[in-house]
Amino acid sequence: MTIKGDYRPDQSELLTSMLKQRVLFLDGAMGTMIQEYKFEEDDYRGERFKDWPTSVRGNNDLLVLTQPQVIKDIHIAYLEAGADIIETNSFNATVASMADYGMESLADEINFEAAKLAREACDQVATPDKPKFVAGVLGPTSKTTSISPDVNDPGFRNITFDALVADYTKATLALMAGGADLILVETIFDTLNAKAALYAVEVAFEEANHRLPIMISGTITDASGRTLSGQTTEAFYNSICHVNPISIGLNCALGPDLLRQYVDELSSFAECFVSVHPNAGLPNEFGEYDLDAQDMAEHIGEWAQSKLINIVGGCCGTTPEHIQAFVDVVSGQQPRTPRPAAALMRLSGLEAFNV
Amino acid sequence: MTTQSVSRFINVGERTNVTGSAMFKRLILEGDYETALDVARQQVENGAQVIDINMDEAMLDSVAAMTRFCNLIASEPDIARVPIMLDSSKWEVIEAGLKCVQGKAIVNSISLKEGEEQFLEHAKKLKRYGAAVVVMAFDEDGQAETREEKFRICKLAYDLLVGKIGFPPQDIIFDPNIFAVATGIEEHNNYAVAFIEATRDIKTHLPHAKVSGGLSNVSFSFRGNNPVREAMHSVFLYYAIQAGMDMAIVNAGQLAVYDDIPDELREAVEDVILNRRDDATERLLDLAPKYRGDGSKVEVETEEWRSWDVVKRLEHALIKGITTFIEEDTEAARQFYDRPLQVIEGPLMDGMNVVGDLFGAGKMFLPQVVKSARVMKQAVAYLNPYIEEEKEDGYTNGKVLMATVKGDVHDIGKNIVGVVLQCNNYEVIDLGVMVPCQKIIDTAIKEKVDIIGLSGLITPSLDEMVHVAKELTRQGLDLPLLIGGATTSRAHTAIKINPNYEHPVVYVPNASRSVSVVSNLLSDELRPNFMTQVAKEYETVIKQHQRKRDNTKFISFDKARANRFDGDWQNYIPPVPKKMGVHVWDSISLEDIRPFIDWTPYFLTWQLSGKYPSILKHEVVGEQAQKVFDDANDMIDQIIASGTVKAKAVFGLFPANSDEETIEVYKDESRTEIVTRLFNLRQQIQTRNNAPNYALGDFIAPKKSGLADYVGAFAVTAGFGVDELADKYLKEHDDYNNIMVKAVTDRLAEGLAEYLHHQVRKEYWGYAPDESLTNDDLIREKYQGIRPAPGYPACPEHTEKAKLWQLLDVENKIGMTLTESYAMWPGASVSGWYFSHPKSKYFAVSKIDLAQMQEYAELKGWDEQQAETWLGPNLE
Repeated sequence: MTIKGDYRPDQSELLTSMLKQRVLFLDGAMGTMIQEYKFEEDDYRGERFKDWPTSVRGNNDLLVLTQPQVIKDIHIAYLEAGADIIETNSFNATVASMADYGMESLADEINFEAAKLAREACDQVATPDKPKFVAGVLGPTSKTTSISPDVNDPGFRNITFDALVADYTKATLALMAGGADLILVETIFDTLNAKAALYAVEVAFEEANHRLPIMISGTITDASGRTLSGQTTEAFYNSICHVNPISIGLNCALGPDLLRQYVDELSSFAECFVSVHPNAGLPNEFGEYDLDAQDMAEHIGEWAQSKLINIVGGCCGTTPEHIQAFVDVVSGQQPRTPRPAAALMRLSGLEAFNV
Repeated sequence: MTTQSVSRFINVGERTNVTGSAMFKRLILEGDYETALDVARQQVENGAQVIDINMDEAMLDSVAAMTRFCNLIASEPDIARVPIMLDSSKWEVIEAGLKCVQGKAIVNSISLKEGEEQFLEHAKKLKRYGAAVVVMAFDEDGQAETREEKFRICKLAYDLLVGKIGFPPQDIIFDPNIFAVATGIEEHNNYAVAFIEATRDIKTHLPHAKVSGGLSNVSFSFRGNNPVREAMHSVFLYYAIQAGMDMAIVNAGQLAVYDDIPDELREAVEDVILNRRDDATERLLDLAPKYRGDGSKVEVETEEWRSWDVVKRLEHALIKGITTFIEEDTEAARQFYDRPLQVIEGPLMDGMNVVGDLFGAGKMFLPQVVKSARVMKQAVAYLNPYIEEEKEDGYTNGKVLMATVKGDVHDIGKNIVGVVLQCNNYEVIDLGVMVPCQKIIDTAIKEKVDIIGLSGLITPSLDEMVHVAKELTRQGLDLPLLIGGATTSRAHTAIKINPNYEHPVVYVPNASRSVSVVSNLLSDELRPNFMTQVAKEYETVIKQHQRKRDNTKFISFDKARANRFDGDWQNYIPPVPKKMGVHVWDSISLEDIRPFIDWTPYFLTWQLSGKYPSILKHEVVGEQAQKVFDDANDMIDQIIASGTVKAKAVFGLFPANSDEETIEVYKDESRTEIVTRLFNLRQQIQTRNNAPNYALGDFIAPKKSGLADYVGAFAVTAGFGVDELADKYLKEHDDYNNIMVKAVTDRLAEGLAEYLHHQVRKEYWGYAPDESLTNDDLIREKYQGIRPAPGYPACPEHTEKAKLWQLLDVENKIGMTLTESYAMWPGASVSGWYFSHPKSKYFAVSKIDLAQMQEYAELKGWDEQQAETWLGPNLE
């Protein structure tokens, strides 16, 4: 399908001036909130997909088509909790990921509708002195360009850079048409995938002859302090800072306690704004996240006090209650000041090498 | 490699290049990628900071080869840790590489060869991929040969890249073409000079741009004569780096040490490289056979060093990075010395120092240093079993965790410390290099270590050590911290690290000191004395540092005066005291002032350092601290019960205004009769962040403001009866209680001063009637207003105390007296001034200049000698 829609203006300047004044808030988890509704297969299918040949339960992105009101309600709950920026429910809306349900052809439509729902929610809640922003989410996909799925052939890849670029370009254009104010490339565990996404975003901007601010957020997968593809925080930063994003940050995988040192590290050199949206701790043996709003807000408050962050929200396990608690504890704190530009040639392999 | 900016030259490994390495080419053509990866791994191990990959070979599907090799490298962390340089003359090969590399790579190369349009199109794509780029000095007319042409093309490219498409200038690396010299063709003679000079032009005129080049071209004429080629490379680099060259593609294993090139050869090579004489080429050609690799002079030299004494042999092996004979020579040295450790501390360390000096002087390059380190490690590894043997069996003296901090890879010094500690029976847990802070802390907790040792060689490691100290504090650890490594210093440790961690932070200047430091720290008896000594050393360096800074950063008295503190007198009304005049408290209950005691300094008296109350739970000194704390409280109970010690206070609040630094104190509100004038000194330090240059007078409204302001004065003591009590203990040979009674009453006097100030703020002056602060808040001076004491940093000149005595009539009112050197009796006493301005603060006058001294002396009516006596500490 061809996606049509008016693009939102480039609000980089407004965002920058807000970020200089205070810490901005992202929303929290979408999946956690959807779980509360205890949807069954039929709820996911709705009327439109009742005869779909494969099971679609768990395809949360599909809900923007089949349960739009629920998704919008969740957006509104976060906005009312104090989120300034909400993320579209499009984490898996790429051809690469929708292939798991045979729904490749729906990727564009889902991205468009996801952005539209978030747009409507923002327009409903925003006031002139409290603008709200839609971040169009590009997720990592379920495939990796840096790691071989075949242990016997480390040179093999099940997806190419070019395929990802094509996929992400269409996704970006659909998110833009749906009313995204920003593009957020997030939960990056393979930096090469992210580079493909960012390449695609630039292609899309050129095609649309219109730019939006970019946010980037990587994922430190475990206590090794590296991304799944092996990079340190600074190596990751060096690999993706070329698109001049408004913010670079970290999300998912770890709770605030384990994530802090990497946020601290990122904050010490990042020349752009720094965002964080951690999980509510590590999942327990039931796969649930244990940190309640107050537990987590204690950490977030200390980060703000130490001036480590500019944008903060939640990932897996967080709820509007968490965001509300962050707002309570962070409001009034001065935001972090980005590091002055140092004109370093920032190279990287798995480790950073600055000249 | 460091994660911080490295100012030193960067070498790019050249062996994974099918055009440059016959072996690599064969491996790729045969599809033996496994072995080809080993070549890349060796490059990294040999110190290459970036690896160049080139698959330009006619017989090869270069796109496929580049893709496969890059994908394979991605699963080899040993190789993938460094950035990659994608080297090809074909754009599609470069692009294939970019699609497989997650890090930020360098592309080698693009140029204006095919015109501006294509050049910019490629550059735009590179920007999108996020890569740095090598730009050849090449345009449609060919490769630039002269200095002028090289620079012209580079500047054109720079302007296009930066001006037209916003390419980041720091990501541009120019390659102004290294061509062969000494070819016999006269026009070639100046090629090296042209490169070096063009490099200088680029670095001067094109901000942030880098310069690189392929080194081996320059010596092309001497193919087959490696010693001469290596000498040419080394000489070329020596001069090109001085001109600003940032990186080169080199074979890390093949570089002569500049200083080791025989004089006659170096001179001949320099003549050629620098084009110093017309017959330079002929002369080098004549000389070259003498140095040819097979059966000639170099070989003879190789034999020769084997005949030197063992110390020289070890040094030679270290500088040259030769491991062939290292075990043999280390064994010989071991036979020679009494103990194996002496081999490390003696000849091996001496040799490494020579390496360090040559590196520092730019005469050795990083890959060579890495090879030296490897020789060192092998020697140490050889000696280790012998060192182990010396150790006693069974117990260890303690557990020490050692780590080179994050961002730093230097570990020789740390390893030596480890060895030294181990052979003194300490268990050492060595976390290696690049160790993140959290790992250090987690391991320290998990392994229950006794001490943490941090090492680092590069400057950014200093900041990381501060970070570790802060994190230790934040996470509540109490283990002693050792600081060592080449760039660390006692001054940095004392000034930057120590204040961030309340437990011992000890600078260890060298490995041989480490044992005594560790044994002192781990001994309950030795530690307090040792830490006092360390504290003294720190105090000295802090003073030295202060003095050094003082010399450089002072401003004139006029300027300092112009930069006075502004009390915002137009918008400010000074609070009027509720109870003016002089007040006396002559029977104060010690019980009332007891809660106001700040205990932390009391423990310092007993050389126990730590903050109250956490010191009571301190692992090492806690028990002792609790004991002296209990004894102090017993003593207070006893003196309260017996009534042997009396506390008294006199204080007053007076109308006052300022005139420059001077505070005029008036008899009454008519402000016509001056009772006394309080003279003050002004800071002359060059302040930062627009901070004012303070003088105490600034906190009082100036006469000309027309405002009615006030100043206070106080003198308190908890010392009457103390001398008698102390004498009694002395006679009973009870030194402990002799010291105790003085220490305790000192604290009581300070507590009384705190209590009185509190009462003055709430009631007498009354500007803070609702103040409710905890004792901890009081200790942290969270209240409004200050009470500086004459003789202390804000008013360092002692004789002003006499005016305080006069103003309050102290001696008659409560019996406190001043000695001729203005010390107070009884000993446990405090006196000072009160200021109420909400922005008044404590400061240190520090150094003053002659102009201020003269003006002050005039006010005081002093001659020069008196001025120098009383102001001495504040003069240069």
